[in-house]
Amino acid sequence: MLQSHQLTFAYSPTKRFSFPDIRCNDREAVLILGKSGTGKTTLLHLLALLLRPEKGSVTIDQTDLTQLPVSKTATFRAAHVGIIYQKPHFVSALSVMDNLLLANYLAKNPQDKNRARELAAHLGFADHLNKKTHEMSQGEQQRVSIARAVMNKPGVILADEPTSSLDDVNCARVVALLREQSEQIGASLIVVTHDQRLKDEFSNQVNL
Amino acid sequence: MNLFKISWANLKDKPLSSFLSGLLMTLGITIISLLLLLNKQLDEQFSRNVKGIDMVLGAKGSPLQLILSSIYQIDSPTGNIPLDEAERLTRNPMIKTAIPLSMGDSYKTFRIVGTNKQYVDHFEATVGQGVLFQKDLEATIGARVAETTGLKIGDTFSGSHGLDGNGEEHGATKYKVVGIFNPSSSVIDQLILTPLSSVWAIHEHHEEHEHEGEEPEEHAEEDHDHEAEAPREITSMLIKFRNPLGMMVARGINNNSKLQAALPSIEINRLFDLLGIGVDTLRGLAVAIMLIAGISVFVSLYNSLKERKYEMALMLSMGAGRTQLFGMLLLEGLTLSLIGFLLGLIMSRIGLLLFSMRAERNFHYSLNNLSILPEEWLVLGVAVLIGIVAAALPALGVYRMNISKTLAEE
Repeated sequence: MLQSHQLTFAYSPTKRFSFPDIRCNDREAVLILGKSGTGKTTLLHLLALLLRPEKGSVTIDQTDLTQLPVSKTATFRAAHVGIIYQKPHFVSALSVMDNLLLANYLAKNPQDKNRARELAAHLGFADHLNKKTHEMSQGEQQRVSIARAVMNKPGVILADEPTSSLDDVNCARVVALLREQSEQIGASLIVVTHDQRLKDEFSNQVNL
Repeated sequence: MNLFKISWANLKDKPLSSFLSGLLMTLGITIISLLLLLNKQLDEQFSRNVKGIDMVLGAKGSPLQLILSSIYQIDSPTGNIPLDEAERLTRNPMIKTAIPLSMGDSYKTFRIVGTNKQYVDHFEATVGQGVLFQKDLEATIGARVAETTGLKIGDTFSGSHGLDGNGEEHGATKYKVVGIFNPSSSVIDQLILTPLSSVWAIHEHHEEHEHEGEEPEEHAEEDHDHEAEAPREITSMLIKFRNPLGMMVARGINNNSKLQAALPSIEINRLFDLLGIGVDTLRGLAVAIMLIAGISVFVSLYNSLKERKYEMALMLSMGAGRTQLFGMLLLEGLTLSLIGFLLGLIMSRIGLLLFSMRAERNFHYSLNNLSILPEEWLVLGVAVLIGIVAAALPALGVYRMNISKTLAEE
């Protein structure tokens, strides 16, 4: 479960954002819609504690992230939050399989090859596990990053414009898989986007 | 999946720049190692053979040549000297031992040296099979001579004039092998030893048969003057002093006689000084190459880190610690250094073997001790340091990285 309360952030005195409160229970999904420049990515980074808010709080599974010491945030994020970025980025020198296992390794969890294979089979890139990520199409890459986000079965999945570079077919598929995967592991799913195609897919919406 | 695997994958992902950095490192270490090996082995060979010889008495000429020919058996002798004069000069309380040497003939490029038992005792050589030479035309041969020529006890052979193996054979008189020395790692390994009188016998015999009535043949230097009734001659004498004041004897001989006295300690130092300039230059070059290897590691990591900035931010957002990533980047530099060191060690050994093959063919010296020298651990330390520093400079950027900004930029 994720909950935010009166979050504000300032890049400079003139460029400041205050965000509406967000609440997302386990197995639920929230769509945050906003045009460019409305602080979508900033909000997502605040929720993931990649940025520290000026004021307000973010609570994930009863832990107030803003109260965590800096040294603990990376570990907490690795264990509880899976993030999907707008452009799928990977460690380009590693194979798809190793990129998935990297999520386990960096979160100091046992490296679960079977889970990686299951996810690959389910998300439809089982044949590509030994390839490098740049040998795959954008749609395939985005599915790999979904798999990577759920490797550690996090309580919260944050997706930043996951569909903006995809065509309609891949867009629908990625959204469906995102929802299915987060429900399967009982996570809260938060999607930040300006992509109007997603409007009808989510009942729970917040506009920035 | 672990840090080492990621580092390795990153190196493999940039094969050309990794290859260049590794190659430079390998080259630098190869040169340094090879120099260390050569220096040590030459030094060992030189000092082992010079041990206990304080002065060499021989004909006038280059003192270095006299030393090289009489002690190391690698240069032509300077000429012959009358035995009685040599004996007169060495009848001196300062002089403890004087070992006569007579050379000028060879068998299959191995030198035949006329001498006495003192020479054998001096190098602490022991006879492995058979016995030590006693009578004229008996020969006891060095271990490498036996190995290379296949001579066995009881075999006979005839020496040929000169040291290069192309001289005319003294066909009528044959030496007989009566013993083989144990390997002693000294110059004796590559010599055929025979009594001093054999050499005279061979040449007298030779004269009777082929040059009757003519001037007796001179066997070390072609244009050396000779009296018609040749007194007994030798090539040189190896001399050990009773105490360091013996040096004075050398000056006396050089000033007041037709002979020359050369001091190995001075000549060998002079030789090493001459070689040393070359060695120092090469060593400087090798260090420069290693530094360039370090710069190459630095540049390629710096460039690849610019490209991999997002990857670093991504890994940080996935729970990696900054120190962990820093360590991963150091590992890349370290791996290249270690690979360079390992390949450098192997290459330098190959180089030494090639060098040794040539030295053995030309001088019958072999330099094939391939063990790792203590100095090479120092080289390892320097290589590791260069690798780490070269990687650390760009890798420090990981500590300054703003994760959110880097991730939002793309």
